[in-house]
Amino acid sequence: MIRPDAELLLEINDLHASVEDKPILNGVTLHLKAGEIHAVMGRNGSGKSTLSKVLAGHPAYRVTSGSVRYLGRDLLELEPEERSRLGIFLGFQYPIEIPGVSNLEFLRVSTNARRQNKGQGELDTFDFDDHVRERLQVVQMDPAFLERSVNEGFSGGEKKRNEILQMALLDPVVAILDETDSGLDIDALRIVAGGVNQLASPDNCTLLITHYQRLLDEIIPDYVHVMAAGRILRTGGSELALELEKTGYDWVDQQLAAEGVG
Amino acid sequence: MAMTEAWLTQLPDPTGALEPVQRRGRLALTEQGFPSRRQESWRLTDLKRLEALFQLSLANDSSHVSIPDSWPTVPEQALRLVVNNTNDPLAGFDLPEGISILEGVELEQALGHTLSRCQCASEWPVELNHGVNQQILALRIRGKVPPIELVTFATDAMFMPTRVLLLVEEKAELEVLQVVIAKGHAAHSHLLEIHLGQESKVQHGLLALGEGKESLLANMAIEQEVRSHYSMVAVSHGWSFGRLEPNVVQVGGQASSSIHGLSVTAADQQFAVHSTMRFEGPEGTLDQVQKTVAADRSHSIFNGAIQVPRQAQRTNASQLSRSLLLSGRARVDAKPELQIVADDVRCTHGATVSQLQEDQLFYLRSRGITESSAASLLLRGYCKEVLDLLPLDAASRWLDGALPEGETNP
Ligand SMILES: Nc1ncnc2c1ncn2[C@@H]1O[C@H](COP(=O)(O)OP(=O)(O)O)[C@@H](O)[C@H]1O
Ligand SMILES: [Mg+2]
Repeated sequence: MIRPDAELLLEINDLHASVEDKPILNGVTLHLKAGEIHAVMGRNGSGKSTLSKVLAGHPAYRVTSGSVRYLGRDLLELEPEERSRLGIFLGFQYPIEIPGVSNLEFLRVSTNARRQNKGQGELDTFDFDDHVRERLQVVQMDPAFLERSVNEGFSGGEKKRNEILQMALLDPVVAILDETDSGLDIDALRIVAGGVNQLASPDNCTLLITHYQRLLDEIIPDYVHVMAAGRILRTGGSELALELEKTGYDWVDQQLAAEGVG
Repeated sequence: MAMTEAWLTQLPDPTGALEPVQRRGRLALTEQGFPSRRQESWRLTDLKRLEALFQLSLANDSSHVSIPDSWPTVPEQALRLVVNNTNDPLAGFDLPEGISILEGVELEQALGHTLSRCQCASEWPVELNHGVNQQILALRIRGKVPPIELVTFATDAMFMPTRVLLLVEEKAELEVLQVVIAKGHAAHSHLLEIHLGQESKVQHGLLALGEGKESLLANMAIEQEVRSHYSMVAVSHGWSFGRLEPNVVQVGGQASSSIHGLSVTAADQQFAVHSTMRFEGPEGTLDQVQKTVAADRSHSIFNGAIQVPRQAQRTNASQLSRSLLLSGRARVDAKPELQIVADDVRCTHGATVSQLQEDQLFYLRSRGITESSAASLLLRGYCKEVLDLLPLDAASRWLDGALPEGETNP
């Protein structure tokens, strides 16, 4: 939902970042306001996951120039855990398995870290149990997954549901969802998309990273950005995604070639 | 070596049921002399710490070991015996049906039999135990018996030798947890023999807990007859100096063995696990996973021998060693030692040494968990996989679910 008077939540300006001294992001600019849903599309290797990891604070990625402001603060100064507590959420493209750590305990510890920051009290194990069971419905997830180790032995689709469950528990201000649709069959896609739609509100914003149109049939974005060679090459409305589906990304190469990049 | 002899001469005279064993042990120690780093199995050992054991005073009938009240209660049905060198562990007990004391000629016949079958009867730490130990807990197990918890405790700079022998009869089933605790710079020398009769089943746990300055020498000899099932889970934590030597032999084949280990070291501790699995008959299986966690400047050693002679065709063995290094100054030496002569066997082995995974840490941190909590959560998870395998619910009863977290100064 686009509102001209909406608050600017996340302001990325001319962001450059590298990994192992190899530049990956080459000047990304994106402004996300409250209530908006943005989609970032682009080929494999264009830098989408890198953008998401830089925003979440992964230590392997080094920001070389540019800025990211979040609710008026310098986001890049904050540790990953502080970003999460303040309301930045990254749904991972490849959620990590953590053997021996109970999913339920993990969810409780992280939920409480965020709640404390919002000035809400911590939930004890009993209250959290009720809370998580209620939130499970957002992604129609089987409570049995709470008893397992974090993501261990989960199928691709179950991992993605577990990510959206975490989003539902953490109640983020900025949700970045990296390829949340990959590995999902059509029913699971609908459920996950339904969850995301349910969690989107006039007070938060969503950055959907995907390279398929099909997720955008379920979650209608306000803006679609095309990323290539580590920057945003083009921005449009939801019709841009449909156009990409028809024409593919060949024009991207032509444009990059014309600009002498790639 | 002079030091060994000086120490031996000041020991009390051999007495009791183990008197001849003590005499032979002392003689063997004199003949062997003190271990040297030129011997392969002692190559990496900090021998100064082994020498330091000779400074301790031997626990005997006149030592006073008072049992702390912090010990958890015993699970219902289970039998707890306190094993030490100072008094009779069975005094005042009515043993449940199926468990009986092994004594007299029966004991004489059984004593040392499994050690010999495992070819470890004259290892230095075994002879050391032979030389000084004057007590033994020897039990015969028939049928399915209640679980047994054996607790061994030493404190106040004492050297505590203990010895246990379990004769598990054909088709019998036993769950046994050993808890070995030390405080106040004490040391344990423990010797265990378990003989598994045909088709018997033993689940064996060892939870060995020091407080950072203590020492542990433990030799465990396990002899398995055909179609028996043996599983060992050995967890050690907090030993300044430790050496754990599980020796398992399948004498007739067609048996299964599983060995899971976790050794955790910190500060400048050194802990070694030397395991030997020997198949003497066909179609035996082994599933072995040894995990180590080494923090600070500590040193963890794992030597895993697997012997498959010609008669052990169609053996199926797997061994995995996984080490977690928590500091750049910690050291792990992990080495498989496969001696395979039979040709129709499956034997896999692998060793990994890693640090806490950056991606796992980041995942937890991206959910609001601080770096240090994330690290300890990961570590607990890594250990929990082994702790949860201990019998008699040991981890939650003795540890509140997790090993104590020491101060680490990476
Ligand atoms: N940790 C890393 N180490 C080395 N190269 C990386 C790393 N992360 C990303 N890259 C490289 O950065 C480029 C962009 O990757 P990524 O951000 O994953 O793209 P996308 O998500 O759009 O497929 C690729 O060339 C990839 O190989
Ligand atoms: Mg990606």
